[in-house]
Amino acid sequence: MTLTAEIPSQRPAPIDRFHTFEQDFASKRQRSKRAWIIGSVLFLGLFALTSWMGDFFKYTQVSLPDGSREWRWIIPAGIPRLGEYISLTIPTLRWNSLGSDFAEWFWRWQIWGWLLLETLLIAFVGTVLGVIGGFVLSFPAARNLSPNKWVLWAARRYLEIARTVPELVWALIFVFCFSVGPLAGVLAIGLHATGALGKLYSEVNENIDMRPLEGVKASGGTWFDQIRFGAVPQVLPNIVSYTLLRFEINVRSSSIIGYVGAGGLGQEFRTAMSFQEYADLSALFVIIFVTVVIIDYGSEKLRHRVIGMEAQS
Amino acid sequence: MSSILTLSQVSRQFGDTHAVDRANLSIEPGQFVGVIGRSGAGKSTMLRLINRLIDPTSGSISFGELDVTSLKGKALRQWRRDCAMIFQQFNLVDRLDVLTNVLIGRLAEHGFLSSMAMRFSDEERAMAIQALDRLDLVPQALQRAGTLSGGQQQRVAIAKALVQKPKIMLADEPIASLDPANASLVMESLRRINREDGITVLVNLHTLDTARAYCDRIIAMRQGRVFFDGVAAQLTDGVVRDIYGLEGLKDFNADITSTTIRTPMPA
Repeated sequence: MTLTAEIPSQRPAPIDRFHTFEQDFASKRQRSKRAWIIGSVLFLGLFALTSWMGDFFKYTQVSLPDGSREWRWIIPAGIPRLGEYISLTIPTLRWNSLGSDFAEWFWRWQIWGWLLLETLLIAFVGTVLGVIGGFVLSFPAARNLSPNKWVLWAARRYLEIARTVPELVWALIFVFCFSVGPLAGVLAIGLHATGALGKLYSEVNENIDMRPLEGVKASGGTWFDQIRFGAVPQVLPNIVSYTLLRFEINVRSSSIIGYVGAGGLGQEFRTAMSFQEYADLSALFVIIFVTVVIIDYGSEKLRHRVIGMEAQS
Repeated sequence: MSSILTLSQVSRQFGDTHAVDRANLSIEPGQFVGVIGRSGAGKSTMLRLINRLIDPTSGSISFGELDVTSLKGKALRQWRRDCAMIFQQFNLVDRLDVLTNVLIGRLAEHGFLSSMAMRFSDEERAMAIQALDRLDLVPQALQRAGTLSGGQQQRVAIAKALVQKPKIMLADEPIASLDPANASLVMESLRRINREDGITVLVNLHTLDTARAYCDRIIAMRQGRVFFDGVAAQLTDGVVRDIYGLEGLKDFNADITSTTIRTPMPA
């Protein structure tokens, strides 16, 4: 009794305390319910508006088999044509002449093999360029590490421009500068990867522990020393992981940029389409699909090994 | 040859808070000085001001003839090397080995390329191993710093400070995160370095008995100002009560906050 008497604050009676809590709780629930309803209405409205702008509700004229034309909703009218296109690309494979059918399907295998190698090399060199550029710029582009706000601003804008412009557009520009060939592809992928990797790396940098950097600074280290000794050892495993992921993406990109003349398999898509060799398209698709699956599998194994090594030591 | 470290009218504001408020202090070479005071009294800020991890809002710090407050660039980095700093959370690079962590103490002497390549000379490595040997850590030299115990990490930090060949060692709550056994090991190391190398030690402490046991001189801070400056014997209960603002508490016992296991010996 004497103990409670010594506590200076005036606490209300228990009934009042619980009553206040119940009122607060009820009003909190009311608020979250209202927020949910407003959010849902806004979302549904926005969804309807964007699908309308995207021609989802459009009616269009279609030709019927008997030659007459009729107004139809665009979605069910278009879907059969997708099947039509895919069926065009399916090669004729018969069981009793499977070997020769395959040979006919992959009739340009020698050219495609070389172009596949070129595709992989473009992706590799492009990734290397992207890693160098992204790594160097990720430190000035990290909010916690940047020496001052102007450097931060410049580094971030450069990375934004590099990654906002798609590889295909960079490829078009570089084909114009350096003519048709893999150099344009390497530069296009390298520049886009610089922007994408620089962003990812700089976000890793923003989550590091700053105390080691302070320790280096307090010993008389420069900004570069702080980065090299304090930051780089912390971010290295993540950088390896993101780099492998980016290589997978770059293989996919480098297989298409040939469409605008920047080297690799992509140019074959263009040839096949212009000669209406639809079966070639499916052959090319199979080649790219198998390659990407193999690279995905390999890089995933490698990434897990890197993470595993990390966990052990 | 060492000089006197002088703080005159040094202030540092963070927004509206006066972390350090017109502090005056002068520290003779070779002293072992403890800084006490309640949390937020400005102890940590004062050490950071001396090492120039933060800049004062006003006032000046000098070391003999050297005006510390106006240093820039390479001269500033050399000053930081000369007054080595030890942190409560050790501030080591967990993923680098102990040896490399110690060698970070040599970076002030390195050019851009050799430090980017993490290349150190044989002399520097020998220096680092000798420093580690003084702290009984040679067997751990090639282990990652993050795998060591807190007490070992703090001794690595002291070894790193040693290879800087400093004139002053600033220690910001070096034992606040350590258990009593490791805490006394770290304090003993600091005292040995102070006695054997003649390096001035300025250490923030949050326990009175540690300050009493190790320090030649005790400075107390209160609300950013130097409130008490004397020897352990002058720290009477009344003074301690004023320092920590314990007016409301009837019974105050320093042993309650103690983190040492050794019985305090006369300083």
